[in-house]
Amino acid sequence: MEIKKGLYYTEEHEWVRVSGNTAYIGITDYAQDAMGDIVYVELPEVGDTLKAGDVFSVIESVKAASDIYLPVSGTVLKVNTELEDSPEMINEDPYGSWIIAVDMLDDTELDQLMDAAAYKEYLSEEN
Amino acid sequence: MKIYGRGGFEMADLKRTPLYDAHTRLGAKMVDFAGWEMPIQYEGIIAEHEAVRTYAGIFDVSHMGEVEFTGPDAESCLQNLVTNDVSSIKDNQMLYTFMCYPDGGVVDDIIVYRLKQDRFMAVINASNIDKDIQWMREQAAPYNVVIKDRSGELSLIAVQGPKAEEILNELVDADLKDIGFFRFIDGVKCSSKTCMISRSGYTGEDGFEICLRNEDALFVWEKLLEAGTEKGLKPCGLGARDTLRFEANLPLYGNELSEHITPLEAGYGMFVKLDKGDFIGRDALKRQKEEGLTRRIVGFEMTENGVPRHGYDVLSDDEVIGFVTTGYNSPTLKKNIGLAMVDIGHSALGTEIGIQIRKKVLKAKVIKRNFYTKSYKK
Repeated sequence: MEIKKGLYYTEEHEWVRVSGNTAYIGITDYAQDAMGDIVYVELPEVGDTLKAGDVFSVIESVKAASDIYLPVSGTVLKVNTELEDSPEMINEDPYGSWIIAVDMLDDTELDQLMDAAAYKEYLSEEN
Repeated sequence: MKIYGRGGFEMADLKRTPLYDAHTRLGAKMVDFAGWEMPIQYEGIIAEHEAVRTYAGIFDVSHMGEVEFTGPDAESCLQNLVTNDVSSIKDNQMLYTFMCYPDGGVVDDIIVYRLKQDRFMAVINASNIDKDIQWMREQAAPYNVVIKDRSGELSLIAVQGPKAEEILNELVDADLKDIGFFRFIDGVKCSSKTCMISRSGYTGEDGFEICLRNEDALFVWEKLLEAGTEKGLKPCGLGARDTLRFEANLPLYGNELSEHITPLEAGYGMFVKLDKGDFIGRDALKRQKEEGLTRRIVGFEMTENGVPRHGYDVLSDDEVIGFVTTGYNSPTLKKNIGLAMVDIGHSALGTEIGIQIRKKVLKAKVIKRNFYTKSYKK
């Protein structure tokens, strides 16, 4: 299971890539593998302001629907509209396929998240 | 991420089939299915689904139950238990049928095999084994018949898809061309192991089901994979089994059928023979047919983007008028389609309905249920 260095991770298997005050958010390799073939990604609206812990997307695989939680509070700057036509990109390249980008309200929330080493440890405990 | 819409992963005390080690070696994801630790997928549901539609797939369905009826009253006992006409099959023929409660609700959907005039076998759903056998024994009391649960000693392997016959013929000492749809041969050798092979399945494709002793299952499974891999055969999990059966309009107990749904409401009246003589549930089903249905299962297609799932509400003008029995993004048709139980007034082809998908009600319309045309060999 791939875990990429330099990203922040949640216990719910989302990742965060920080660039300035912008947080790009996606789901981990573990998450895409657990879901299986992804067929649909429900995206929020640009401009929505959401709190950490809110459900910002629902990913539908063939077998089930999964809620995706926002790791950090913020306003939605961009949504990855490529996922509308090619949701399987998340299976193929989970760390390259961000779902949304948010303008962070409070970047100290990042301190609550795990780094790659801690997430690796967390995964090994989970299984 | 939180995955919902399916069961948990508590693996304690789960039963395993004789093929468990083969599944884990093949990298299967194992899940709890009706108390069994079963493969839901190996490579992925879509790849496995497409393999069955294009080439072939091999499934472990050993969790299913097998019950033998032996004795002079075997046929009359079954005839009382089930809705279809058991007297219509001869030796080496099979019959799909429902076993109903007196109120017409379904105990289980089962397949009856006639081995001899006084010997039958029923294949039943894994989730219903204990309930079915208790029901069968209670109803069989007045009959001269011995009911034996053979679920614990027999395994079942399905090989499904257009290449199934070619693959299986390499290993079997009989010509499978001679077996028609819903017929079987017993005592045939497959890779030197004694099996019962039927032309049947749960995918909408041509294919076979191989019933054999537990101790022979792993050997035959591996021989089949060996012989079939170069012809496109893939191991397939319960995930693809469900998408395949759904596209072919084959019902799943717990979804389209249950103790609260009659076969007529589910749309499978062709397997209910009201004129065959008395059977359990006949009066209720006859009355329901005469009075007319108040609800029935329809096919539908989403006209707004969203994936319908089992259990979602169906609405019309903010009023709940039914529920989704099964729904998927269909791997073959690449459309969001489903089956739903709806009030009869909303069941005509073309009717606009709404599906409650999380916080939104998304539009759908009633369409024909034969999403995928079955390619059975006659």
